[in-house]
Amino acid sequence: MAESSWLTKFPQMDRADLTGIRKSLDSAYRDFSREYGESIEAFFDPLLIFLVWFEKLLLATPWWLVIIVVTAIVYIACRSWKLCLGVVISFLAIGYFGMWENTMRTMSIITVCTLMAIALGIPIGIIMARSDKAQSVITPMLDVMQTMPAFVYLIPVVMLLGIGKIPGVIAVIIYAIPPVIRLTNLGIRLVDKEVLEAATAYGANSTQRLLGVQLPLAMPTIMAGINQTIMMALSMVVIASMIGVKGLGQPVLKSITNQYFTLGLFNGLAIVALAIIFDRVSQAYAKRSQRHMEGMQNG
Amino acid sequence: MAKPLIQIEGLYKVFGKQPKSVMPMVHAGQSKEQILADTGHTLGLKNINMTVNKGEIFVIMGLSGSGKSTLIRHFNRLIDPTEGVIKFEDIDVMKLPAKELEQFRRHKMSMVFQRFGLMPHRTVLENVSYGLSIQGVKKGVRLAKAKEWLDTVGLAGYESQYPAQLSGGQQQRVGLARALCTNAEILLMDEAFSALDPLIRSEMQDQLIELQDKLHKTIIFITHDLDEALRIGDRIAILKDGEMVQQGTPDEILLNPANDYVEAFVKDVNRARALTVENVMKPPSRRITADTIGEALEQMKIIKGDYGYYVNDDGYQGIVTQDTLEEACCENDSQKLGDEFLEELAGIAPGAILETVIPETLEAEYSLPVIDKDGNLKGELSRRSLADVLGDREKCEGNTKTAA
Repeated sequence: MAESSWLTKFPQMDRADLTGIRKSLDSAYRDFSREYGESIEAFFDPLLIFLVWFEKLLLATPWWLVIIVVTAIVYIACRSWKLCLGVVISFLAIGYFGMWENTMRTMSIITVCTLMAIALGIPIGIIMARSDKAQSVITPMLDVMQTMPAFVYLIPVVMLLGIGKIPGVIAVIIYAIPPVIRLTNLGIRLVDKEVLEAATAYGANSTQRLLGVQLPLAMPTIMAGINQTIMMALSMVVIASMIGVKGLGQPVLKSITNQYFTLGLFNGLAIVALAIIFDRVSQAYAKRSQRHMEGMQNG
Repeated sequence: MAKPLIQIEGLYKVFGKQPKSVMPMVHAGQSKEQILADTGHTLGLKNINMTVNKGEIFVIMGLSGSGKSTLIRHFNRLIDPTEGVIKFEDIDVMKLPAKELEQFRRHKMSMVFQRFGLMPHRTVLENVSYGLSIQGVKKGVRLAKAKEWLDTVGLAGYESQYPAQLSGGQQQRVGLARALCTNAEILLMDEAFSALDPLIRSEMQDQLIELQDKLHKTIIFITHDLDEALRIGDRIAILKDGEMVQQGTPDEILLNPANDYVEAFVKDVNRARALTVENVMKPPSRRITADTIGEALEQMKIIKGDYGYYVNDDGYQGIVTQDTLEEACCENDSQKLGDEFLEELAGIAPGAILETVIPETLEAEYSLPVIDKDGNLKGELSRRSLADVLGDREKCEGNTKTAA
């Protein structure tokens, strides 16, 4: 490096050093994945078994039974005939256009991912709401998870676990979990201080406060988080298909590489239909569970 | 005197990052402003000493920022003091470990909040039974109890409504029922009626007094409204900037304000409504107990007036004037002092609110006798003493507001 050139050219690291860093990091991670890859895979085995079972269940069930069950769930959740009719029509259309199996695969993986995200996200959100320290640590991590391009964290996941369902699920969860964590935290923090104080004054312990006051009152916000999580999980379907997750994403990927416009459009529309169903149902359910808020303005 | 139920000694509360570090400055007597400027800590409460007796309504009064809401939260340790002792009977509340503190809160104290603090996702009945559900009482039992208390506060039929469907006054009744439902000995009421409109507020005050007559709880009541304090309080403590300015019974506060601050408060009070006849009346000096006209005239001379209240073994009988006696005396001075010489003049009750007796006092020719419910003569109320007590305010305030 010449004395004068640092003014015009950024004094960057030696190319050899940079390569060294890359090489050592890469090889360290490779060693790590060789060493522990199998045991980590074994750790995720129960999840894989469940995933495969659930997918097979959806695929093996006759199509009309699936439609009946889904419609029944929708009706129980939101008591709206209109929505049920929409569900029946979209499923019939999906089947008629030959996307039934892929739709079932996508539905199974989205359902599992959402359940996992809720099961992990709500407790993390609760921890964040209880401790400012936890919040200050977790928030930047969530920021990274939401902004880091999905492809970047696909690489180590694939290196570690190969391609298949599990890495796909992990990638989807990483991408989709932040909203439910954030909004659980926010919802609990926004709970009316006086109501919480009242619970404390009557001798409620922290579990009674959490289950009896904080979670129920935070529920509308948490439901909004769950809704967002579902939407984000669905939008990850195409990216996840790059690492071998079967479903509606794969035909889309195929149509990108081969320029099949119609195939891409149909499968894209099927994803949209699923998204709308999940969204409307979760929102209608959230609204129905907050009936006591009606007439709040009279207060 | 009986042992006080709650005792607070040398209570200090400092808000900030390291409250303990500021205590030397507080003890050195530095002002609140000085401490805030030097250390960024706020002195919330300063050397509070007070005792609350069993069965009384103790009112803590102060303007916003005086620390009254902070103080009431010390009783059940929703806020921990920086320094000081809080005792309930023989229990040192400050030394209770978390579990026992929970038990203490469950069974000894219940609380009513300014903005009600009801759980919006539970029905009215579930809200009322909340304290019992925390205690682990079975659902059937606690809902039955809650129903009783809901009836007591006059909200029967609202069981399955949600709080948001009720008006403010009704919501606070639910809050009151919830507090009573745990059967705790002590009721903490944090500006419980302040958020209600005036008509509902006075209704709620009446209801509280009525309930207290039946239940004899120990109530600690926070308010910023002196009228309210005087109306319901057995004793009142006035807080200013975290310091206790005066403690006493309502009439002590009203008639002997400790300093300018209290006086400024007191002058806005409608005394006619806050004081009772008992507070204002003079001791009875015009008692005539004689059997005969002659003796009665003798007594009349001693009391140096031209009329007196005739009292016999059955209590107050009526009023007798000098003119009547002298007339009768001319005929026969050993004549018996009978009903025919008496004029009727209805007495007033010692507990009557001053306002209610103003018309009688002004209309009567004589001072009014104050008679208790057994017929005993307790005192007399003259137009003059009435004017003294009510006029004082107009004089120092110089406003044109008439006694409502």
